[in-house]
Amino acid sequence: MQPLLSQACWDTLYMVGWSTVIAVVGGLPLGILLVLTDRGGLLQNVLANKVIGQIVNVARSMPFIILMVALMNFTRWITGTTIGREAAIVPLAIGAIPFFARLVETAVREVDGGLVEAVQSMGGNTWTVVRKVLVPESLPSLIASTTTTIVALIGYSAMAGTVGAGGLGDIAIRYGYQRFETELMWITVAILAVVISVIQFAGDYAARSLHRRGGRSGPAPRLRLLKASTATTGETV
Amino acid sequence: MITTTGLTKVYRSRGREVTALDGVDLHVREGEVYGVIGQSGAGKSSLIRCVNLLERPTAGTVTVDGRDLTALAGRGSRAGKELRQARSRIGMVFQHFNLLSTRTVQDNVELPLEILGTSGKERSRKALELLDLVGLADKAKAYPAQLSGGQKQRVGIARALAGDPKVLLSDEATSALDPETTRSILQLLRDLNRQLGLTVLLITHEMDVVKTICDSAALMEQGRIVESGTVSELLATPGSELAAALFPVGGEASGDDRTVLDVTFHGEAATQPVISQLSRTYNIDISILGAAIDTVGGLQIGRMRIELPGRYEDNVVPIGFLREQGLQIDVLGQEPVLAKEGAK
Repeated sequence: MQPLLSQACWDTLYMVGWSTVIAVVGGLPLGILLVLTDRGGLLQNVLANKVIGQIVNVARSMPFIILMVALMNFTRWITGTTIGREAAIVPLAIGAIPFFARLVETAVREVDGGLVEAVQSMGGNTWTVVRKVLVPESLPSLIASTTTTIVALIGYSAMAGTVGAGGLGDIAIRYGYQRFETELMWITVAILAVVISVIQFAGDYAARSLHRRGGRSGPAPRLRLLKASTATTGETV
Repeated sequence: MITTTGLTKVYRSRGREVTALDGVDLHVREGEVYGVIGQSGAGKSSLIRCVNLLERPTAGTVTVDGRDLTALAGRGSRAGKELRQARSRIGMVFQHFNLLSTRTVQDNVELPLEILGTSGKERSRKALELLDLVGLADKAKAYPAQLSGGQKQRVGIARALAGDPKVLLSDEATSALDPETTRSILQLLRDLNRQLGLTVLLITHEMDVVKTICDSAALMEQGRIVESGTVSELLATPGSELAAALFPVGGEASGDDRTVLDVTFHGEAATQPVISQLSRTYNIDISILGAAIDTVGGLQIGRMRIELPGRYEDNVVPIGFLREQGLQIDVLGQEPVLAKEGAK
């Protein structure tokens, strides 16, 4: 029983780890682009903004299990198979990119527009603004967003277990649901609870300590993400 | 040093048009502190942002240090290389400081140098030198959140000076500070203006700021400059709104058949006993309603509001006498002659 569980545990972390990396690599630029192309943004382009926004919305509202099935051919094209942990990474990452991009957008929008203006007044270009202002200033929120994404991906990966991805979700389905081995199912639940708690704690800690370095007080950054963006991009007269 | 001609900025949003700047001609001489004052919504903010083209003017030109920035800007909305280079030679300080919270004070001051591509060693040398100049050498490793408002603005000023600018734009730099701190920041700006020969263009809604440090001033209303000139010119301008606001004297007429005059003394005239001469020569009783002496723009100025018996028509001769003594006389309730032309 133990090798079975440790293998499943490892598989879950493997899938979640890689899909998180891909989600961050893909979602970060996408989220920043959503802010920059918006009305009043540095690269204002209403059409591009609408198109990207729409793609992100559709991809985000797609139930993950359907996305997984819909992407089967694509997955096979990339990994050569639709079964196993490698194959699961493809839909997991594609599902997580728009999810993360929206969180990035919210985080980046909270950066004070005055800072952008200051860097522009020093002769900085858009890339300087992104590198020196938008990313560093929203870093605590970005880390909190990554934590949220990891936790969501653990949930998705369990779903992926139902169609042959392996991992803890797979164990819970096969042993707990199909073979009534309640004990094993409860163990997977406990492991998941522990894993999620550890990740959440680590993420919160990292975000908060970064925040503290800046010396700002206030609510934990994770909570700030829930607040609707109130940043106005309207022009001052 | 800074010249704008016919500067116009129109904002369009949802079919509505708002004219923030309506043909502004501004001329700031090299080495002076120039204050633009006006209420919020008068267009001051748009004006200062048009000077370094953070806002693109709809029409008109901006020339800073002999370079036509509007020509450098190009057609697109993004700033090209040449414009960005020109901007790096124009320092700017902001009302809310706009310091990066994740960087130390020193790293904040180094930011413009990073953008300019200065080497790391040179950057830190320069940053420490500038922090010393603004009196914050001991705070180099602190984060902005650990500083007071006045200290933050000092960091903002040090940062604005990092690119060795000839021109400093100040966007309400003291409006978020208490009166005590405001004075010390204005003093710092004044010192920098003198030591480095820095030309300063500042916008403010506080008359005190203009009074404390400005050599010249302009009054803005509804996107236009309605008065401008050096402070002494303004004070010598009959009916100047700016002069009256810079140097208010109170007091109401005590009856209908009275003439109220604002008498402004400067230079030689201040030493003459004109009021008693007036009283003796014409045998009239003069009441003083209000008076003040102050230093405006480094100039000793006296202002007095006096009341003469009888209507304006009865007092033409005494008023003529006062004018002959070289005093500037504003008669309350009378249209000042040539006031607006004189102010321009």
